[in-house]
Parts: sequence; C-alpha cells; structure tokens
Amino acid sequence: MGFMDAFFRRRSSGSTAKDRLKFVLVSDRANCSPETMEMIKNDIIAVISKYMEIDTQGLDIQITQTQSEGANGNVPALYANIPIKEVKFHQNKN
Amino acid sequence: MSEVIVITSGKGGVGKTTTTANLGTGLAMHGKNVVMIDTDIGLRNLDVVMGLENRIVYNLVDVVEGNCRIKQAMIKDKRHPNLFLLPSAQTRDKTSVSPEQMKKLVDELRDEFDYIILDCPAGIEQGFKNAIAGADRAIIVTTPEVSAIRDADRIIGLLQANELKKIELVVNRIRMDMVKRGDMMSVDDVLDILAIDLIGVVPDDESIVVATNEGEPLVGSDSEAGRAYENICRRLMGEQVDFMEFNTDGIFKKIIKLFKRGY
Repeated sequence: MGFMDAFFRRRSSGSTAKDRLKFVLVSDRANCSPETMEMIKNDIIAVISKYMEIDTQGLDIQITQTQSEGANGNVPALYANIPIKEVKFHQNKN
Repeated sequence: MSEVIVITSGKGGVGKTTTTANLGTGLAMHGKNVVMIDTDIGLRNLDVVMGLENRIVYNLVDVVEGNCRIKQAMIKDKRHPNLFLLPSAQTRDKTSVSPEQMKKLVDELRDEFDYIILDCPAGIEQGFKNAIAGADRAIIVTTPEVSAIRDADRIIGLLQANELKKIELVVNRIRMDMVKRGDMMSVDDVLDILAIDLIGVVPDDESIVVATNEGEPLVGSDSEAGRAYENICRRLMGEQVDFMEFNTDGIFKKIIKLFKRGY
C-alpha cells in the first residue's frame, strides 16, 4: 500500500471483510437465500398494508441471531423494522 | 479422566494437522498420555508432520476391520514415549469407517490415554462425521479470512446440532502488522462473528514451515508460534493463561531493528 493510498482509501479491507462475512452468514445461518428474503418481505408488506399504510422504502427486514431463552444458545430471529405512515383503524370497525 | 478432542475447521489448509501435531506433542511434554488419530482417510498427513512416515505398518482402517490390534497400529513418537500416532489409510476412502466404529475405537482408547486427539479432514461429509462421533470437545481452527470463518461458522452449527457443547476457537496465522493497519480481521472481529470461546491465537510464523519441513513439531520452542501452542496446551489442561502480545512490527520495522541491534 503506497503513501497516497493511505490517504485516499475510504476504508480498510479488514472491515470490508467483516461486513461481507456478516452479510453472507445471515443467509447461511438461516438457510435462506436473498430471493426467499425478498419474498418474505413482499408478503409481510402485503399483510401489514391491509391494516395500515407503511413506508415500503424505509422497511428493514433481516435475519439475525438472538440469545434464546432456552439453553440452546443463539438462534436465528426474524427482525423487522416497519415504519408506519398511517393507521387505517376504520377498516377494522365491524 | 480422559478427554477426546477433535480438531476441525471445515475449510482445508488452515492448520488442523499442524495444530493436532503441536497440541499432541505439547500435552505429552506435560507428561500426559496422548494418542493422535489421523481420521483423514485417503489423504493422510499427520504422519509426515510428525516425522513418523517411515514407521507405519498398520493403519486406522486395519484396526476397524480387525486386521490387527489397536496396539499394533499405534506408532510410538520418536521424541516422547507417552505420545502415539494412529495413522490413517492412504489407499482407502472415507466410507471405509463409520461413525459408530470410530466411537467404539475412541472409547476403547479412553482407558489408556489422558488425551485422544482427532485430526479431522476438511469438509462436512462422512470423514467429518466420523471424526466428531466420539468427541467430548472440539477445537475449531480458523484463519482471519472470509472463506475460513464462513466454513468455521457452518462447522460450529453442525457440532451444536450434534450436541457437542464444548467448542473452542484457535485463530491461526494472524499477522498483527496487517491487523494494525486494518488489512486483516482482528481476533476480536473473528470472535464477534463466531461467538464461541477463544482458546488460542497463533501468529503467522515462518518457523512453522521450517518445523513442518523437518517433521518436528515446534511447540515449546523459542518462537512465537511455539509459545502460542504451549499456551493452548496449558489452557486445555485447565490453566488460566493470559493471551500473549505478538510482535506487531511490519517487515520495514523489523529491518530497522536488525540494524539497531548491529550498533
């Protein structure tokens, strides 16, 4: 790595490696492909949209690890952050 | 009380066999009765790393098939009389042995040895299943690379699915100078991702290549890797040993130091 590279390089390759690894492990661990994730995401949007208006751009769905309450350590968990624009309560009334 | 330890990694070429040879030798140097079993049928290598390739008469498959007794197949190490190697077969394949047969063999050895160390083949197929069948404890060897860590993660999942609870990590071939300038994942990065207990950090050290060339494990020798393996052995035996600080100097600083020493 040259002198100039040290200044102009945006980030180190070590942290790039770590981020790539984290991303690839999410799907490895859940045994779930990016295509499947996209399908899950679309289905969730469809279901939630029946009751409330959501911000599909700001939607974040991912599979992460979480500590289980049982003794079997880390388990995959579906994490979803769904920003709501407006709640359509009137649809629920009878 | 005997303990059966499997050395595994998923990915090939990360240092399983070198780790097995050094941990086996190191534990023997502490007076323990140790047997190392090469479970990589068809691609045997632990014999050459130990420098015992000329002494093989019978192998693991011979024992399992009943062509000889266990005692006849075990090779006594040339340096330590309490260290033995059970070599694998070179001309057979992984399906020659079943997990049940391996478990039975390992259990028979428990009476006589303090530590039974299994050198696992790369991959997650039959050879891996054979190696983990009788194990109480697993040591995962990985290097700070994306591919090796990904495979290690898969192996950890498979071990947990097989109810193997005691899983510890060796981060091998780390280069502190590269970590320092951000071009290699640090031990903390690796632990952050794999989330298992750390049992050792082995630096990338030329002495390993030299030791392997000569068929002499370097555990306990005056080299960074030698000291790192010695520390792992102590931790295996239950001692609390601090993780050592490695030389973080790059090649440039090393040269400057050499010159300084000259004055």
